[in-house]
Amino acid sequence: MSERREFRVVGHSVPKIDGLGMAAGRAAYTDDIELPGMLHAKFLWSPHAHARIVRIDASKARALPGVACVLTHQDVPRNIHTTAGQGHPEPSPYDTVMLDAKVRYVGDRVAAVAAETRAIAEQAVRLIEVEYEVLPAVFDPAEARKPGAPVIHDEPDCRAAIPVPYEPQRNLAAHVDLRIGDPEGAFAAAPVQVEVTCETHYGQHAPIEPHVTICWLDADNRLVIRTSTQVPFHVRRIVAQSCGIPLRRIRVIKPRIGGGFGAKQEVLEDLVAMLALRTGRPVKHEYTRSEEFVSSRTRHPARGRVRLGLARDGSLQAIDLEMLLNTGAYGSHALTVACNCGSKTLPLYPCPNVGFRADSAYTNLPVAGAYRGYGATQAAFPMEVALDIAAEKLGLDPVELRRKIHIREGQGSAVFRALGEGKSGVEQRIGSCKLDECLTRGAEAIGWKEKRGRDRNTPKRFKRGVGMCTLMQGSSIPEIDMGAASLKLNDDGSFNLLVGATDLGTGSDTVLAQIAAETLDVPLDHVIVYSSDTDLTPFDVGAYASSTTYLSGEAVRKAAAIVREQIFAVAAGMLGLPPGDAAKLRAADGAVHAPDGRRVTYAEVALHALYGADQHQIGTFASHITHASPPPFAAHFAEVEVDTETGLCRVVKYVAAVDCGTAIHPRLAEGQTEGAVVNGIGYALTEELLFDQHGRCRNPNFGHYKILTARDLPELVTILVPSYEPTGPYGAKSVSEININGPLPAISNAIYDAVGVRLLRSPFTPERILRAMREPAGK
Amino acid sequence: MRVELTINGVPRVFEVPPETRLIDLLREQAGCRSVKRGCESGDCGACTVLVDGRPLASCLLLAGQVAGRRITTVEGLGTPDRPHPLMTALVEAGAVQCGFCIPGMILSAKALLDENPNPTAQDVREALDGHLCRCTGYVKPIEAVLEAAARMRVAGEGGR
Repeated sequence: MSERREFRVVGHSVPKIDGLGMAAGRAAYTDDIELPGMLHAKFLWSPHAHARIVRIDASKARALPGVACVLTHQDVPRNIHTTAGQGHPEPSPYDTVMLDAKVRYVGDRVAAVAAETRAIAEQAVRLIEVEYEVLPAVFDPAEARKPGAPVIHDEPDCRAAIPVPYEPQRNLAAHVDLRIGDPEGAFAAAPVQVEVTCETHYGQHAPIEPHVTICWLDADNRLVIRTSTQVPFHVRRIVAQSCGIPLRRIRVIKPRIGGGFGAKQEVLEDLVAMLALRTGRPVKHEYTRSEEFVSSRTRHPARGRVRLGLARDGSLQAIDLEMLLNTGAYGSHALTVACNCGSKTLPLYPCPNVGFRADSAYTNLPVAGAYRGYGATQAAFPMEVALDIAAEKLGLDPVELRRKIHIREGQGSAVFRALGEGKSGVEQRIGSCKLDECLTRGAEAIGWKEKRGRDRNTPKRFKRGVGMCTLMQGSSIPEIDMGAASLKLNDDGSFNLLVGATDLGTGSDTVLAQIAAETLDVPLDHVIVYSSDTDLTPFDVGAYASSTTYLSGEAVRKAAAIVREQIFAVAAGMLGLPPGDAAKLRAADGAVHAPDGRRVTYAEVALHALYGADQHQIGTFASHITHASPPPFAAHFAEVEVDTETGLCRVVKYVAAVDCGTAIHPRLAEGQTEGAVVNGIGYALTEELLFDQHGRCRNPNFGHYKILTARDLPELVTILVPSYEPTGPYGAKSVSEININGPLPAISNAIYDAVGVRLLRSPFTPERILRAMREPAGK
Repeated sequence: MRVELTINGVPRVFEVPPETRLIDLLREQAGCRSVKRGCESGDCGACTVLVDGRPLASCLLLAGQVAGRRITTVEGLGTPDRPHPLMTALVEAGAVQCGFCIPGMILSAKALLDENPNPTAQDVREALDGHLCRCTGYVKPIEAVLEAAARMRVAGEGGR
């Protein structure tokens, strides 16, 4: 644990260490290399939502000049696994094989081709003849759960890898439930009751760089996978499993990544790896934008029902949350997103009586997976709308209701212990929470008191309203996630910092370098970071669960503290001090200072250790796991303007007040907040994948899946409210996910303030708003 | 077919099939890896280059269509050692997260500042409007372009 003090590097917005290279266009991303003899891969995707492959004939494709390899389900090993890039054993069901004789959604993999050019590969894909037996399909998760519904996973080998409920014959990919106290008794006694059901839709991460993978065999016949991934170590393990080759034969390299947001926490590399193994040549596969939308991963659509029982003074007596998630054709993250629906919302409002049930159902639609927010997005919507309704019923200001009931420093929650990810959670008490201040400063920044309820009862065409919500997330998965770092001293007093932690554009390489530089008392440019190469860097679970700064950051701090002691020990010898006097030394400006004023620089220490006496490499590994997942907190405020004639809702201003502990790099923390908020606003208003009656996606392109652009931007205010998390490196906790969860409820609540109707189905399109205004009782 | 282009000030000659798109020529033959492939439909802006100073999506252009023209990519604007003021400002503002959209944004911002050295925030928003960015929420890129414009005016480099 680190002491709270004035920081030299931490807390300062230094230039991102890889920023100029990116801005100058230096080759850095997966696709920015060209290997001699590289083949281009294309996949054949299922045109049917649910079908058996009765016959597949690739002979014409194989005969096409320039085709090096065609793979169908007849040509590849059948090793059941999950594509969810999670720790071992994965909590997601094993329901996926490299290629199957059955397809389960429009866009499922049918076959793969590797050819001399992309054009030849595309042509070869069209030459593969497939005869399908089309099966009845089901697209709605509630329908999928009914008796008699088509069974999507009827293969005998699908199974859960850990002891959790899994009933594929009933299309149940995951189930979780929880009961604390006596919710039903408490509801019966509660004088004020609120119930609301909200529904969210299919969204896609839309990283601007799609999934790209290049695989080749090196001089020693090992498989090298250069890939746009958030989870290089999970890629190594799961590709080994799917391809049926030893893990030691695989090296995964993560270059710069063009954004992921959870989509790249998914292991889709196995088929490209198999093409490289079969051909012995380098193979590149790049998703097109439409493939990225349909055949990578999406956000679990959800139906969420919240019931609240409150006393007249607003104190919470009972909460019940029921979620039904649509996991699509495969159960990637089906259980853990369901768990997070509860674990990332319920502890925010301590309550003696809590009920929570969540099901993830298979359907014949695209596969849901990890997406920034990870269940909290889906559950915060009904929860925060319910609190808005409760405040109105109680005659309380929504800000004041939350101020009254939110969790505080020193408090715990039975939910923390009850609800983990595929197993019980970990008990924790809140070590840092400045949500009160977030509420105060956020309300002030939006002009809450002045703007609230101003236009609703006026005859104006354009009505403005304000709405708000409060949020929590976590910081890593406690007692599951592990991050490690290695650090070594070079001749000139610089350090190589090797981390498994995966910078996917977040700036974590810079943040981790700051933590090392702070601990070692050296300038930032003395820390050379190399991240995420399974042959070279130590293990890290990867970039997910809001873990990197908090978890991997503490591993880096530990490594740096150990190396500092090693440097002191050598310096003590050089200065002729007895070993016990090393404690009297101090570090400053890349040198070790003795109490008598003498000093030796780190470079002198390094040269002495490498070439002088008692020669050895100064350096170490350090690992970190956490026993807590300290939540960041946030209060979000939206001001909207609704055109009562067209139903168009525009966000005028948005304020995110965030307690993320110490912001190691304030500008990057603000950037995380702004990016998440804008993505969240897009999800709330314009972004939606649409499907026809056959389960075919109707809008897999940026022209029809509208993400916000610079011109759409509302006035955006980010307030970082400082706190100090005692278990985090230099007081830090997470910031990456939490802020995507606010726009759905805050905007819904603001629309209600503006025009008096509740939007409970996302996205809040003009059609839905207008319909709600014309039929106030409807949804 | 034979295509002559001036790429970042250097006249070059390429022999390409007629269906070759400018993005593929630049990435695969001219070594300009800054030109990013994000959608191949002209929607995302990541493949933007300057053609005679105008920002255009290189995925929508055939190489033959721009024969004889001046093509500028960010490789032609600066290097990490000698960065263009836009590059420096974007990095300092924290506007470079994953960085995938940044080369295209820089070129559109350059085209704006060449025309209008003293843009308003709204001008910058409109200039960056064709560039999808999923990381930053655009706040810091807009700030950075305004800051770069101010610095370039001070340095008297606005028209360069």
